Amino acid sequence: MRYSGLRVIVEALTGHRGWKPVWRDPAPQAHYDYVIVGGGGHGLATAYYLAREFSQSRIAVIEKGYLGGGNVGRNTTIIRSNYLLDGNEPFYEFSLKLWEGLEQDFNYNAMVSQRGIINLIHTDAQRDAFTRRGNAMILNGADAELLDREQVRAMYPWLNFDNARFPIKGALMQRRGGTVRHDAVAWGYARGADLLGVDLIQNCEVTGMRIENGKVLGVETTRGFIGAGKVGVAVAGSSSKVMAHAGMRLPIESHVLQAFVSEGLKPFIDGVMTFGAGHFYVSQSDKGGLVFGGDIDGYNSYAQRGNLPVIEDVAEGGMALMPSIGRARLLRTWGGIMDMSMDGSPIIDKTHVDGLYFNGGWCYGGFKATPASGWCFAHLLARDEPHVTAKAYRFDRFLKGLMIDEKGQGATPNLH
Amino acid sequence: MSQKNRISGGQIDRSKVLTFTFDGKTYSGHPGDTLASALLANGVRLMGRSFKYHRPRGPISAGSEEPNALVQLRSGARQEPNTRATVAELFDGLDATSQNRWPSLAFDALAINDRLNTFFTAGFYYKTFMWPASFWEKVYEPIIRRAAGLGSLTREEDPDEYDKGFLHCDLLVIGAGPAGLMAALAAGRAGARVILADEDFRFGGRLNAETLSVGGRTGAEWADSVIAELAALPNVRLMLRTTVIGAFDHGIYGAVERVSDHLAVPLEGKPRQTLWRIYSKRALLAGGATERPIAFENNDRPGIMMAGALRTYANRFGVTVGERVAVFTNNEDGLQTARDLVEKGVDVVAVIDARPDGPLLPGIRHLKGAEVVDAAGRLGLKSITIRQANGRTETVEVSALGVSGGWNPNVNISSHHRSKPVWSEALQAFVPGEGGPQGLSAAGAAAGQMSTHAALEGGQKAAIAALAELGISAKADTVPEAEDRPLSITPKWYVNAGKGRAWIDPQNDVTVKDIKLAHKENFTSVEHMKRYTTLGMATDQGKTGNVLGLAIMAGLTGQTIPETGTTIYRPPYTPVAMGTLAGRSRGKEFKPFRLTPSHKWAEEQGAVFVEVGMWLRTQWLPKPGEKHWRESVDREVLATRKSVGICDVTTLGKIDIQGTDAGAFLDKVYCNTFSTLAVGRCRYGLMLREDGMVFDDGTTARMGENEYVMTTTTANAVTVFRHLEYCRQVLWPDMDVQLISTTEAWAQFSVAGPNARKLLEKIVDQDISDSAFPYMAAGNITIGGLRARLFRISFSGELAYEIAVPTRYGDALIRRLVEEGKAFDAVVYGTEALGVMRVEKGHVAGNELNGQSTALNMGLGKMVSKMKDSIGMVLSQREGMNQPDGYRLVGVKPVDPAATLTAGSHFLEKDAKPVIENDGGWLTSKVYSPHLGCDIALGYLKAGDQKIGRRMRAVNLLAKTETEVEIVSPHFFDPEGERLRG
Amino acid sequence: MIIHHPILGPRDAQEFVYLGDASLINRPDGLTAGVEAFYDYLYNRGNPAGEHRELWYHEQGDRSWLVVTRNTVTHEIIKVELARDVAKAAGRTK
Repeated sequence: MRYSGLRVIVEALTGHRGWKPVWRDPAPQAHYDYVIVGGGGHGLATAYYLAREFSQSRIAVIEKGYLGGGNVGRNTTIIRSNYLLDGNEPFYEFSLKLWEGLEQDFNYNAMVSQRGIINLIHTDAQRDAFTRRGNAMILNGADAELLDREQVRAMYPWLNFDNARFPIKGALMQRRGGTVRHDAVAWGYARGADLLGVDLIQNCEVTGMRIENGKVLGVETTRGFIGAGKVGVAVAGSSSKVMAHAGMRLPIESHVLQAFVSEGLKPFIDGVMTFGAGHFYVSQSDKGGLVFGGDIDGYNSYAQRGNLPVIEDVAEGGMALMPSIGRARLLRTWGGIMDMSMDGSPIIDKTHVDGLYFNGGWCYGGFKATPASGWCFAHLLARDEPHVTAKAYRFDRFLKGLMIDEKGQGATPNLH
Repeated sequence: MSQKNRISGGQIDRSKVLTFTFDGKTYSGHPGDTLASALLANGVRLMGRSFKYHRPRGPISAGSEEPNALVQLRSGARQEPNTRATVAELFDGLDATSQNRWPSLAFDALAINDRLNTFFTAGFYYKTFMWPASFWEKVYEPIIRRAAGLGSLTREEDPDEYDKGFLHCDLLVIGAGPAGLMAALAAGRAGARVILADEDFRFGGRLNAETLSVGGRTGAEWADSVIAELAALPNVRLMLRTTVIGAFDHGIYGAVERVSDHLAVPLEGKPRQTLWRIYSKRALLAGGATERPIAFENNDRPGIMMAGALRTYANRFGVTVGERVAVFTNNEDGLQTARDLVEKGVDVVAVIDARPDGPLLPGIRHLKGAEVVDAAGRLGLKSITIRQANGRTETVEVSALGVSGGWNPNVNISSHHRSKPVWSEALQAFVPGEGGPQGLSAAGAAAGQMSTHAALEGGQKAAIAALAELGISAKADTVPEAEDRPLSITPKWYVNAGKGRAWIDPQNDVTVKDIKLAHKENFTSVEHMKRYTTLGMATDQGKTGNVLGLAIMAGLTGQTIPETGTTIYRPPYTPVAMGTLAGRSRGKEFKPFRLTPSHKWAEEQGAVFVEVGMWLRTQWLPKPGEKHWRESVDREVLATRKSVGICDVTTLGKIDIQGTDAGAFLDKVYCNTFSTLAVGRCRYGLMLREDGMVFDDGTTARMGENEYVMTTTTANAVTVFRHLEYCRQVLWPDMDVQLISTTEAWAQFSVAGPNARKLLEKIVDQDISDSAFPYMAAGNITIGGLRARLFRISFSGELAYEIAVPTRYGDALIRRLVEEGKAFDAVVYGTEALGVMRVEKGHVAGNELNGQSTALNMGLGKMVSKMKDSIGMVLSQREGMNQPDGYRLVGVKPVDPAATLTAGSHFLEKDAKPVIENDGGWLTSKVYSPHLGCDIALGYLKAGDQKIGRRMRAVNLLAKTETEVEIVSPHFFDPEGERLRG
Repeated sequence: MIIHHPILGPRDAQEFVYLGDASLINRPDGLTAGVEAFYDYLYNRGNPAGEHRELWYHEQGDRSWLVVTRNTVTHEIIKVELARDVAKAAGRTK
């Protein structure tokens, strides 16, 4: 069924009798050419592009819970391609370009909204660093602008310009950055994949991997063994757990990241803003809630919930930057498990097991990467060679000293 | 307007009259009222509009679960959006306005959405607005955004203060209803440290809303007596207006005390609200239960509310919501509303009881097996349509309807650690399950103990059990007599009749139809249903509607309710003001200031300061007449290079390292060698991370055989110290080495320039001639007998020293140096001049020490000794970090001396296109060198060491500028270092 | 969270700085081990869902490095030791 305004009107006038399930609930088959483990944004996108762009079939996505129930369903919905390093920027720019055509591509309104993102500047050294970054972005074909203090003031005159501990000195802006309705991304890919014949199998947790003679034969699950020609794992915070079934230790730690939403408010802030002098970034959803976040809690965790100090820390950042939000109320906090890698950048690579592929280490930047991650992982799965924008995302970069460390923090996952 | 719906009784102070306004109209009420109760007393049922359809709405509750009656409270900078009128305490002069409507509450243009509701079904927006692509940002979204949201925020700074506090207790009791009061009493009498917190402004919980007796008194009187006893116990802290917002790890609870929200403005020196972090050994959830509705067509009319709320308004506030009232219930508790209202003289026209049998209420029209199928009255309920058991329908005029679909125990906090609540068939509700926060138990209605007696008994038992785990024995006193009737509920989730809409989540306008659509489209998992329909995502987080929604979904899928499960309960229990969470950390107090020892002196001179991490450092010191910062900075640089300059360098990290293994320890943490350093000498040290990247640099001096003084960069002072402790304790635990951070113990000044020695000679007691104190010497000296340290080190490239005195003498030393320096036209220079001189000398600093650079990148590769094991030595040898065409530190000069450079510009070859394949690197730091009379810069250039002398372009694509530059050695000034040895 | 410091008793975790897996104690010797060994030591992690031994530093306290054994699923803390003691027991010396 194709969605359109006309279809909505016709259905409305005929009692909404014609709507169909957005996806089937098939029972798992005995064998697939491709089994994608993880029904989050990345896994669903991978299956979608495998079928659509790489013309593969006999594909299943298996998900331990419900589709889109992981980090794609609990994040701050930001898209951008304002990365610095050669290993990253082409990939994220590819992703942003995919976002720009996504809704028409998968016929689902994910509310891709390019209302712009600014990273505030508070010191001269930060301006130097953002100038370097902005130039790298443009060299990579992305858009970037450097704003001075007055340009920022013109955009958001109610920011704390006059009584700030860390004065605002300008901003790096990417106008093509913005937000996307996160759940709709998962559902759009799921629906698109389902329409292309992909089996989406929910409530199906991987409990083991069958590997013989160095080759993967399939996965053991709570719904029985599922044979596979190739297994692609895209399970974010559960990466270490799943890959341990293949005997692997990863350059990844799982950490909890909290995010927050306020009560619904009339339009207050249009675009996305990050405040580096505090740990705070914010946007406003189309529904009116301020959506904001800050640092990870900082300790290994699979608990999907966080603690009070980070909530306070984030609110402090918010109040320092926007003193007029004091009377807005925080409505809800949530916590997702981030696959924090050792250099803050992801891995999309083959493993030492023939037929087993891995996609993870997204830290807390995985949402914006969803389309490109899916595309590049599908590319790797279908063709056995990395996509040109993802060729740096290899396991062996740590052994070879080719880290992609945007923050320059080294092998300390909780600082990325 | 008179309070036409005010009836007798209630816990309000009728001797005082408070006046207030709502949407500009003046009303009166009494102390003890909420805004909602006072408005209802005045006959106002319409208080808000719903989010999507802009339906007219009145309160459905008398508590914090309220989804409808949200108002903008106060005005000006204190305007707060989305305040629940049902919990806003009335004060004299309160002003409130309705929100999410235009032009007025009674007439709202966007109510057109309601007419178009058949288009605006759950998730309709995912299926349209896609063409043309650019229209989303340009057309559709702006319209949606303007229409969305509830109340509005001012753009003014919140004028109120907020505070934070920390409390400790043996037992935290959450909720002061019958269970909580009995628990606090048992624990308080046993001498335990107790905190009793309640979100209300009266202790007693439901007892305040009921007419039932406890121990022969009214519930409220009994609660008062308990509170009086608890108040007299020094080990009990009573916290009124305090909402426990969440359970965190290890017995830590967050709580918000609304200190001043019941006042027009906070009292002088008092915060508006306080965020408490409560450290409890044990906690008891006694937060009661929340009544839930039964969905039927047009069940959102103003005047339709929870049966229990109707009773609360009558019993506690002396208010009837209407003159003619009906009750629709599926359980025994709903009947109590009818009884109480009749008792108060209110006309109860019918009790519509969904249960087919059981005894009838005497003297009231009590319809068994009946249901309400519709309601009329757009701006306020006028009538309901009843369908009796025999199928006959009739329309009855009423102005208020109380609905009870049962009670949901407030399990939220018990599920904050993601444990699943369990389903109780008897209660038709979820009760706390296993695996909740450690040390937390539940009692009273929160635990499914629904009668007053059960709550009293349960509270006492739970407290005794919790204290027993702590080794405190509390005794079981007689539980006061109270009602103990069963709830006797028959499940009834929605009334299946007609084609109209029946609301489940009133604020977000989620109706039974939306649930059915979600089911049809296979959004059947409870999380999918929530996300697709937005059920439970409103400001009440589904406190009244969620169970209804999932029960209806369960009915559609054929699963049981427990199989369907709940969504996740997350903090906060009720929404919390951002200001409260931030406390005092805002404005200039966002982070503390660290001030240098010369700060006061510099302030007197009119210095310009700059934030450097937490530090405030002198950036430059303008002289009278200097209009541009460059004038000051150029002068400071030139004067230093010409004669002598003084700079406060206290912010550099200083670490004393002592012990017989101190030298060996430094050999481990620095990539170069320090054990061979002679006593009384300094050496530049380079510290790597274990991954081989440069971590930090600085000068370390050997002050004695087993005593070193390390300096770090300002930025890394804390992390280097942490790292050294790690190396000492974790990696080499048997090394005899001790560390102490002395960054704040010593005030340290750089004295640099050709006349540096002459200036210092006037101050220090020792011989510091070049032979006695050569380049890179270090030692303990005295200044007029006062102990001090002197290091002959130079960042500026001049003959230079750093002199340190105990911090308390720092102010005196700067004044002395300035005074003695007059003879040499000495200047004091700030961080800008410091930066200029270090770039002239090609020293790396923050912009080059970016955590992404190797020693090789910096031109310091040879410093990494392979003869010894040091942190980072092995991994610095990885191939990717040793590529011959990797980045190397270079100097950059514009070919045209008048041209300007910009840090962050990228290197491109002469005719290269601006694409990433041609990217040569970037300019890290740029300054204007008054010495050279042009801009100069440092940069990381690919294979830069092989490109000295080459001409390239420094391109700043952000500003669309570029400058032709010459790649030079980074040592612009005195490359042989003759001056610093002078 | 509350960490029961072996010397100082219960302290709010906010006083501490987290580093990560306590396997970082087992640093190879740089003069004998090569890049491979250091790579595995520094980068690869067990990252278990369950009991995890990890390094915390009492920065706003007595500067002790601690080995905390904590369940990463429940956040329950099972054991707290001085990292120095753990390191010595593991055979680390100078």
